[in-house]
Amino acid sequence: MLSAGKRVNAGMKRTPLFDAHQRLGGRLIEFGGWEMPVQYTSIVDEHLAVRNAAGLFDISHMGEIFVRGPGAEAYLNHSLTNDARKLAVGQGQYTLMCNERGGVIDDLYVYRLGPDEYLLIVNASRIEEDTAWLEGQLTTFPRREATRLQNASDTTGAVALQGPRVAGFIDQCFPGVSVAGTPVKEASELKKNQIAKFDFPGTQVWVSRTGYTGEDGFEIVAPAGSIEALWNHLLSIGQPQGLKPAGLGARDTLRTEVCYPLYGHELDEDTTPLEAGLGFFVALDKDDFVGRPVLAEQKAKGVAKKLVALKMTGKSAPPRPHYPVWSSGAHIGQVVSGTQSPSLGTGIGLAYVPPEFAKPQTPLEIEIRGNRAPAVVVPKPIYRKAD
Amino acid sequence: MANIPSDLKYAKSHEWVRLAGDVATVGITDHAQHELTDVVFVELPALGRKVKAGESCAVVESVKTASDIYSPVSGEVTDVNKGVVDNPALANTEPYSGGWFFKLKLSNPAELNGLLGPDQYRAQITGA
Repeated sequence: MLSAGKRVNAGMKRTPLFDAHQRLGGRLIEFGGWEMPVQYTSIVDEHLAVRNAAGLFDISHMGEIFVRGPGAEAYLNHSLTNDARKLAVGQGQYTLMCNERGGVIDDLYVYRLGPDEYLLIVNASRIEEDTAWLEGQLTTFPRREATRLQNASDTTGAVALQGPRVAGFIDQCFPGVSVAGTPVKEASELKKNQIAKFDFPGTQVWVSRTGYTGEDGFEIVAPAGSIEALWNHLLSIGQPQGLKPAGLGARDTLRTEVCYPLYGHELDEDTTPLEAGLGFFVALDKDDFVGRPVLAEQKAKGVAKKLVALKMTGKSAPPRPHYPVWSSGAHIGQVVSGTQSPSLGTGIGLAYVPPEFAKPQTPLEIEIRGNRAPAVVVPKPIYRKAD
Repeated sequence: MANIPSDLKYAKSHEWVRLAGDVATVGITDHAQHELTDVVFVELPALGRKVKAGESCAVVESVKTASDIYSPVSGEVTDVNKGVVDNPALANTEPYSGGWFFKLKLSNPAELNGLLGPDQYRAQITGA
């Protein structure tokens, strides 16, 4: 039998859904070393499907790292910024991994699957860096005998089901009660950030009420060998409800509209969570963790740069990463993410500027091909659903 | 299969030319708009600008990227299509009519001989 794991081809890795992407007409590009679909029909089409109905994303390129044992909680609390003690069994939280300078190594989700079992979902482009750093942290962790790390990325896959209609058909996808994690009679009972295990033919899958789009939805983690069956199953149930496959292009426009960071853009090893506006996920009131002294000082003294959301105010091209930002005749910063917003029909972006330019309604100019186009700082998120 | 009108000439860089006397109308081909998908912004050259064949003189932006548009021939810009600036989607829906970009008064009509005919352009995009 051929390996059902992730295959490597011509330098780029492929997820178990590579054949499915080709059959669906996916336009494949390179992303973080992976050959992934940027779109199937059009980015705008797929983006609007997620906002108005439902979209299905292959996120099998992301990394899955298990941390187990009685020492796991203390180890994770030392290695990550958020407070892992808050996690009940069947709960997840957004958190960050920082270096000694408070710079971000990765942003991720950590889920408590069992009393002494945690699952970390990390960015595809950072799997090797994260694993190496976590292993390094483990060598000096006092209770390392009671803690085990397992990088399961090569044998694990995941998909994201996102959109307002998903809650209406998720129970058909995973009939029956949960068998681990948060005890629920059906998947739609899961609250935001909760996770539970469900039976799926031939295996079991973890289903969490999380996502990266700003819509309600679920993410499902499964063994790599079951991912293709899972994808086909979800499409067959969801398509009558308007479910469409969606690629990385739509994933990027969706997350930019709600100001979610993307590692390598808003976050990198020289940027702290506080500069990125993620102080809510940094628990300075817990025991010591890597980067704490620098972050505590930054919290007290203030940051040198701040991440702002912006909207173009005239008729212009959209902002793009690296475009210079100007204000009051001075070059003050640069754009880190930018696109034409499919939901708003205007250019939007995220940029780093000095704190004095970070207030909403501050006028900015974005330099686009040598000309400066007017923009304005807006509150986050840039896109919000009408009530 | 991409639409390639038989009465036009084509550049390798996926622009088309429609000739009327010594005035050339320029736009992007159906193949080009299909590759770009959703066009969200079009930036056109200023009236009166003199361009050389092969010179980048306009920009088409899709959701993900900005692409340069190269003038297939040399000349002076005499007209630009406000319609496609106001409604960039015309570049996708009507690449050869409502989605035209600019008009040039040709300065060197002999350059037209260096452009591709419809069959040659079709061969290029199908990799034949």
